[in-house]
Amino acid sequence: MDAPVKTPVLEGWFTLDEREPHLLGACCSACGTYYFPKAIKFCRHPDCAGETFEEVKLSRTGRIWSYTNAAYKPPEPYISNDPFVPYGIAAVELEKERMIVLGQVASGVGVEALKVGMQVELILESLDDGKLTWKWKPLAENKP
Amino acid sequence: MNKDIAILGVGMHPWGKWGRNFVEYGVVAARAALADAGVNWRDVQFVSGAATMRNGYPGYVAGATFAQALGWQGAQVNTSYAACASGSQALAAARSKILSGECEVALVIGADTTPKGFLAPQKGERPDDPDWVRFRVGITNPTYFALYARRRMALYGDTQDDFALVKVKNAEHGFDNPNARYRKKFSAQDVAASAMVADPLRLMDICATSDGAAALIVSSLDYARRIGKKDAPRVAAISTVTPTFATDTVEMPDLATDSAVAAEPLRFRAALPRKAYEEAGIGPEDVSLAEVYDLSTALELDWMEDLQFCARGEAARLVREGVTRIGGRLPVNPSGGLACFGEAVPAQALAQVCELTWQLRGQSGSRQVQGAKVGITANQGLFGHGSSVIVKR
Repeated sequence: MDAPVKTPVLEGWFTLDEREPHLLGACCSACGTYYFPKAIKFCRHPDCAGETFEEVKLSRTGRIWSYTNAAYKPPEPYISNDPFVPYGIAAVELEKERMIVLGQVASGVGVEALKVGMQVELILESLDDGKLTWKWKPLAENKP
Repeated sequence: MNKDIAILGVGMHPWGKWGRNFVEYGVVAARAALADAGVNWRDVQFVSGAATMRNGYPGYVAGATFAQALGWQGAQVNTSYAACASGSQALAAARSKILSGECEVALVIGADTTPKGFLAPQKGERPDDPDWVRFRVGITNPTYFALYARRRMALYGDTQDDFALVKVKNAEHGFDNPNARYRKKFSAQDVAASAMVADPLRLMDICATSDGAAALIVSSLDYARRIGKKDAPRVAAISTVTPTFATDTVEMPDLATDSAVAAEPLRFRAALPRKAYEEAGIGPEDVSLAEVYDLSTALELDWMEDLQFCARGEAARLVREGVTRIGGRLPVNPSGGLACFGEAVPAQALAQVCELTWQLRGQSGSRQVQGAKVGITANQGLFGHGSSVIVKR
């Protein structure tokens, strides 16, 4: 029997390649500025009149800029099991795109296992309602 | 041309979780400000309200709502919404009217009634709204405060004990403030024993949401002279600048920063006071006291650096040395700050100006900052809003 197809929490925000997923961004054809999320019609660089964008896969590895956790159950529209299990959150700096992207941290990885500057990669995991989301997971081999 | 305006009177409704209509709080604050100014309500020519988003239509048209509640008398009205900077934008609107000669005396007012618990987005499935999206994937307001706090720990070696010192100081400051919601002294041990909300921040590191109201009566300098208030404190600057692309910090409610591929990354918070100093023609060395937006204890440290009171990474040391306590060289949040008030969004930026006014008049009682001559505020909210106001005498 085939496994049921999982649906993403946000349509079109990331690829559904479970092995090597990417966040989907946009890149301005005129000035090269990246955007996440990708829904953009007019470049936000104040000196750029760009109106055409290429959909791009953002770098799937980066370094932790900062991190925290959610020790309390967030309000709706977040959906979580009872009892609530705290999860980590990381702000990750993507070198090529020169931007910082937030996301939950892989389940089972607590704040004590995280460090600013640590290398992480993007993975997909299910939220408590079964919808797929992107998360950051520390790389097995971390180069300083 | 002198661009100052006079603050003739200030008034507040005490902060709390009263559960009553915001209009009621606003009228109490407005009447207190009018009485403090010695100005008759009939003489007010412009009502500049800060909107609240959580109280239906009357909140969206706050200027008119308060004008009606005080009794329609034909004044012109305005309503401003700029998230946490709404009060400052309402003040800026009044200043423009006064400086252009369209009116001489104005009421600036903000009030809010807030729901319990986490601030949550509006209901429904709304993937186009960044505020809805971030909650959908589990990113709350404390997440952002905690990311900034952890970054300080990694970069500057700040500790959770340093953050706790900010709470202890602000709790001491607000202990005697009749308008503060929380009037209890806390020890560093109390802070450390409170529940973890978003590591490294605990419940007592993060500000609550409150009901409250604040109002100002402002006028031209000429009007102030004519009613015998030529020495009233003056608004010397109101900065409400937007960020400049590319922002270097991931800001609520975004899930990513701007990409700095084609522009240098810049810090929004630092731009707010920079513009205020420029406008007032004074520098951080002239400041006697500051009221800053301590949404978290750690954020107060960021503000001290953004206000150029010290170099990056030095703020925790200043707190440890007692510099920012009342009695220190540069008291920060002598009112008790958001730690003692909790946030009442449209009233908060005006409450900061109320505190500076009392301090500059020497009317702050046990929390008086001796010899206060120049005060500055700083605040920041969602969607690129923020403000910094300078009051001097």
